[in-house]
Amino acid sequence: MKEIRNPKAKGRRKSETRRPNHPAPAKTSFSAFDLRPSFGLRISALGLLLLCAFAVCSFAEEAAPAAGRFRFPPPEFESGYKLPDTTTPPARALVMQYVDVAVFLGALGLATWLTLKKRSRRGIVALSVFSLLYFGFYREGCICAIGSIQNVALALFNSGYTVPLTALIFCLAPIVFALVIGRAFCAAVCPHGAIQDLVLVKPVNIPMWLEHALGVLPFVFLGAGLLFAATGSAFLICRYDPFAPMFRMTGSFLMLSIGAVFLIVGMFIGRPFCRFFCPYGALLRVASVVAKWRVRTTPDYCTQCRLCEQSCPFGALNEPSIPATPVVRSDERRRLVRLFLLTPLLVVGIGGVGSLLAGPAAKLHSTVALAEHWLHHQKTPPEYPAMDPDLLRLKRADKDPKQLVSEAAAMRAVFIRNGWLLGGWIGLVIGAKLISLSLRRTRTDYEPDRGACVGCARCFEFCPNELVRRGLMPASAPAPPPAAKT
Amino acid sequence: MDTNPQPNPPKPPVSRRQFMRDGARATMLVGVGGLVGLLAGRHASNGFVWQIDPAKCVRCGLCATSCVLEQSAVKCVHTHAICGYCRLCTAYFVPEPNALSTAAENQLCPTGAIKRSFIEDPYYEYTIDEKLCIGCAKCVEGCNRFGNGSLYLQVRHDRCLNCNECSIAKVCAGDAFRRVPVDHPYMLKSTTSH
Ligand code: SF4
Ligand code: SF4
Ligand code: SF4
Ligand code: SF4
Ligand code: SF4
Repeated sequence: MKEIRNPKAKGRRKSETRRPNHPAPAKTSFSAFDLRPSFGLRISALGLLLLCAFAVCSFAEEAAPAAGRFRFPPPEFESGYKLPDTTTPPARALVMQYVDVAVFLGALGLATWLTLKKRSRRGIVALSVFSLLYFGFYREGCICAIGSIQNVALALFNSGYTVPLTALIFCLAPIVFALVIGRAFCAAVCPHGAIQDLVLVKPVNIPMWLEHALGVLPFVFLGAGLLFAATGSAFLICRYDPFAPMFRMTGSFLMLSIGAVFLIVGMFIGRPFCRFFCPYGALLRVASVVAKWRVRTTPDYCTQCRLCEQSCPFGALNEPSIPATPVVRSDERRRLVRLFLLTPLLVVGIGGVGSLLAGPAAKLHSTVALAEHWLHHQKTPPEYPAMDPDLLRLKRADKDPKQLVSEAAAMRAVFIRNGWLLGGWIGLVIGAKLISLSLRRTRTDYEPDRGACVGCARCFEFCPNELVRRGLMPASAPAPPPAAKT
Repeated sequence: MDTNPQPNPPKPPVSRRQFMRDGARATMLVGVGGLVGLLAGRHASNGFVWQIDPAKCVRCGLCATSCVLEQSAVKCVHTHAICGYCRLCTAYFVPEPNALSTAAENQLCPTGAIKRSFIEDPYYEYTIDEKLCIGCAKCVEGCNRFGNGSLYLQVRHDRCLNCNECSIAKVCAGDAFRRVPVDHPYMLKSTTSH
């Protein structure tokens, strides 16, 4: 029986010698027997020493001596003492989840009605405040639609995980809505969008090229978030959510300050997170391009008065297009052909870069991280000072390093494949963005961009026709014949 | 498409663009439907919560510091049926205590969250005051290493926010966190499943 020299070190798990398969001699151990009766301190100190020794040899299965073989047999009480129960406070009641889902669907429907039918900015603001309070501060921003796409991805690729009903509905309902009526979710249901929308005090327009360049980021984040979730490595979207810590009113200093920066920037640049980061917004943007009904600035017809031109703080209001001359047309056609040829190159090129970056990225997976850590320490063996979490991890790796390393290698291969996928996806997004910028659109009116418009209803109030509709202006003022609509 | 059909000019014939849009929308809706179908067999109506597998926990101490809550949702719990009711509890006392008394300097718990009370000679009962416990796992280490292992850490669901990604799980040295069905939200030790 080996002994630890210094009994004080017992709490630190120092220099254990491990004897697998050594039975834990619980009942017979005299050290166990020694300890319970009141023998004065020296004896208990001695007992402690013996105990350490005992612990060293029984370390192998320290946590699980078999049933009935406890180190200290649980006593049988004579005084009628009753064992206290272990309390198990329940999780949030199931019915509350259904309440959440009902509120969610109700808010989506209401947002739709407010933007499309009622056309009321005031209603949208009121609903935004409600959503911010309910889904933000009361539900603490979790689970949110943005993050729920990861649960769905995880469930799709891991049979061990089943997606909770709430997550499934939070994920899919806004997409279905977007396919039919546009981004009603972003208008007033999403707490992340609401908080940014409400702090916007002095909108400053940013140049369109910057808008389009940064507009690629959400798609990158989307691809990365889904891939990491699908491999079961991490929920990146939750990890780097700048507003959830704010809703919880606690969190790491870093994430809280990033959230604060977003809000401060958001006072001047409309919804910076929505436009340049939100992965779910990227999905909704695509879905709403094909929506059946859409948000329109004017309630009936556009008189081209240009009063609304600068009214959208999100760069989502498009001007009418200028009819193209044949020369311009053929130029455009040539550019399109070039872009179509460029896109596959982008896909392959960035895919290759992605596969190169996959190695470091794989460390986000716990198995890979552990294996790397272990391999690293094979070269430079640790000195075992105090047992910190890192070394405890290593000890876990020591159990079956071979299997660990082979599992990690398999996972790494998955990551390299995913690196190609993600890189290819980024290339595709950039290509598609360039192509969409060069496609000619025929627009006769000022109208919100189908994808970019979040339906905040701000621009409505700039349209004289809207003021007429509301009875705030006499109908006679600007009434040219209704322009033909596309 | 218009939402306010008042002075609509006669509907133009469906343009090519419109046709493509309708087609894409139908495709995407079918896609969403397919996704629902795929996941229908795989959804859990009541969902999951995070819990610690006591058999995997290596008492690294990160539970106390990594939770998104100011005071961790993880607390120490006690299965009394396993407890030896030891007079010298290695979860309660620091190594080499000055005296087996409840004096603060003898206690291992940094917050004095363990209450020690005499039951009958020579047995002492130890209970956790959850209000004080910070989930540091010091006592759990003492109990598992030298005692019966009746103390262990659990996520307390009256406190836990059930984050979509538990921030302790992502650093846990023992990889002990897992999602468990909400109707069995605890992984309690017992004399049989010990
Ligand atoms: S873009 Fe994202 S963050 Fe913004 S409102 Fe939409 S879902 Fe919410
Ligand atoms: S409704 Fe759409 S286009 Fe109009 S201001 Fe809001 S986001 Fe911009
Ligand atoms: S030692 Fe740590 S885990 Fe144990 S009761 Fe005290 S605070 Fe809780
Ligand atoms: S899920 Fe969140 S609140 Fe619960 S233990 Fe983990 S980090 Fe803490
Ligand atoms: S982080 Fe994991 S290993 Fe560390 S004390 Fe908590 S459950 Fe145990």
